[in-house]
Amino acid sequence: MANIWVLAEAGRGQVSEITFELLALGREVATQSGAPLEAVLLGSNARELAQKLGAADTVLYADNAALADPVPENAATALAQLIGEKQPAAVLVPLTNLSVDVGVVLAAQLGVPFLNYCKDLKADGGNLTATCVLYGGKMEAAVTAAAKPAIIGILPGARSVEQGRSDKPANITDVAVSLAAPKVRFKKYLEPETSDVDITQKDFLVAVGRGIQTRDNIELAEELAATMGGAVCGSRPVIDQGWLGLSRQVGKSGMLVKPKLYVTLGISGAPEHVEGMKNSQCIIAVNTDAAAPIFNVAHYGIVGDALEIAPALIEKIKARKG
Amino acid sequence: MDILVLMKVVPDVVEELEVGSDGKSLDTGFLRTILNERDDHALEQALLLKDKHGGKVTLLTLDAPDIDDVLFTALAKGADRAVKICGAGSVSSTQMAARLFGETIAKTPGLLPVDLVLTGVSAIDDLDGLLAAPIAQKLGWPYAGVVTQATLADKTATVVKEFAGGVRGEYDVPTPAVLGIQAAEKPPRYVPVAKVRAAMKSQTIESVDAPAVEAAAGVEVQQMAKPRVTGHAEMLEGSADEVADKLCELLAKRGLL
Repeated sequence: MANIWVLAEAGRGQVSEITFELLALGREVATQSGAPLEAVLLGSNARELAQKLGAADTVLYADNAALADPVPENAATALAQLIGEKQPAAVLVPLTNLSVDVGVVLAAQLGVPFLNYCKDLKADGGNLTATCVLYGGKMEAAVTAAAKPAIIGILPGARSVEQGRSDKPANITDVAVSLAAPKVRFKKYLEPETSDVDITQKDFLVAVGRGIQTRDNIELAEELAATMGGAVCGSRPVIDQGWLGLSRQVGKSGMLVKPKLYVTLGISGAPEHVEGMKNSQCIIAVNTDAAAPIFNVAHYGIVGDALEIAPALIEKIKARKG
Repeated sequence: MDILVLMKVVPDVVEELEVGSDGKSLDTGFLRTILNERDDHALEQALLLKDKHGGKVTLLTLDAPDIDDVLFTALAKGADRAVKICGAGSVSSTQMAARLFGETIAKTPGLLPVDLVLTGVSAIDDLDGLLAAPIAQKLGWPYAGVVTQATLADKTATVVKEFAGGVRGEYDVPTPAVLGIQAAEKPPRYVPVAKVRAAMKSQTIESVDAPAVEAAAGVEVQQMAKPRVTGHAEMLEGSADEVADKLCELLAKRGLL
C-alpha cells in the first residue's frame, strides 16, 4: 500500500493535540500496511512546529505565505498538488471545525468521497476498513474506504495524544506548492466572549441538554450547581436555542472541561459533546433513554426524568450539608 | 437577494434505531424522520437574511416520506417556494445527494440565479461526505462551512466560522456562494400548526425529475451495528428520592460531598 498521510493541524503557533492522536492511529495503519507514515504540515514560518511531528517517518512541510491563515481552499489546493505528486493511499484529516473544511474541499476537488465520523481505521491486505459513528452515536458502521486516495475524517479521541508524541527528531522534507489568491478571504480571529464564569475552572458542572425541555428549567440546574459551588454548562442544542451563552458550551466548538464532578441532565451523549467532557473525574448522567450513548461514558447513570431527579438531589445535598 | 436552502430529513434518534435485515443499513420499517437540525438552522439563517434584505427563499429537497410536512412548515415560516427532486428513490449517500442537488441546481430553469445556497454543515447520517462543498465545486462557487453568522453587502457575504474553545474566524466570501451552516444567529423560529395548515391550503410544492448522475463510489458499508459498549455506567435504580440518596452516598465516598 502507498503511504499513509496525516494532515497536521496547526494554528496560532501550536500543533493541535488531535494531530498526535492521528499520528498514533496513522502509525498503526502504516505498520499494518507496511507503508511509511507521513505528516503533512501546511503553514508559513512553521518549521518549529514541523519538528514536533517526529512520530511520522517523514514530515512533508509546505511553507507558503498563503498558508499562514486558516483558509481551507488554500490548504486543500496545496494538499491536492502534493497528492498529485506523491500519490498517498490515504489522508487522515482531523474532524475539527478548523480542519473539516480542508477535508471536504479537498475531496470535492479530487472528486472522491470524504469518509466521515471515523473513530478507527485498519489496513488489511491493501484494503482500508474504517469504523464510523453514525446517528449521533447510536450506530457504528464498518466501511471499506476504496477511493484513491481515501480522504478520511478522524474523530477526536481515536487514540491518545501521548501515543502520537515522539522525542525523535523530525525528518522534514520541504515541499513546494503554488497557490493563487483564494476566493474566500480570512479577515481575523474573534476571541471567545468574556463570561462571568469560566467553566473550565470549575470543579463541579451541571450540564443541560435538549432533555431539559424549556429555558425555565435551567433554573433547576442552576440551583443544583449552586448546592456545590459549581456552574451550569450545556450541549449544543441548548446553546443554539439561546438558553445559555456560547461561553457555557461544552464540546467540539465549545470548551474542553475536566471537573471533579460532571452531572448531565437530559444530554444524549453525541460524540461532539462527549469530546468536551469525557475526561471529567466523575460523570453522572440522567436521561430518559436507557440506550443514550451518554451512559457509555458516565460512571453512574439514572434512567429517568431530570426534572424529577434534580430536585430530589438538591434536597438531599442540602440536607447533608445542613 | 435570493437564497436557495437545501434540506434533507434524517432518522429521529429519539426513537430506537434497529439494523435492517441486510445488516448494512437501518431498518426503515418503523423509522421516523425529522428535518436535519442543521438544515433547520440554514433555513432560519436564510429567513433572517430575507427579513433584512428582502428577496426570495426557495427550498430544494430530495423527495422522501414526510418531506411535504417539512416543506409546508418551512413555507409557513416564510419561505417563498418549495421544490422537491423526485424519482431518485431513497438516497442514503451524501455524495450522491450532492450530485443530485448540484446537477438540479445547475440545470433546472428558474432555480438560478441566487446570491447564496445555504444548507446544514453536516447531518448525523453523512457517512461519505458533507453536502455543501461538492455542490460549490460543481457550481464553481466559493464555499465556507461551520458558519454561525452571515451578513450581506456589495456582493460579499461576511461570515463567521466556529473553531474550538469559543474562538471564531471572520471571512469575506464573494457571492454567489455556498455556505454550510452550523447554527443560525437566532434559534429556529416557531410556527403554529394553524399556519402550517394554511400553507398546505394556499401553497403548492413543485416537483422536478431527478437528473441522471454518476453513482456514488469509494465507500461501501460492510456492516452496521449498535456500538459495542466498552464501558458502561453503573446504573442506579429506584424512585427519585432513592437514587438521590444513592448518589449522595457515592459522592460522599468519593470525597465530593
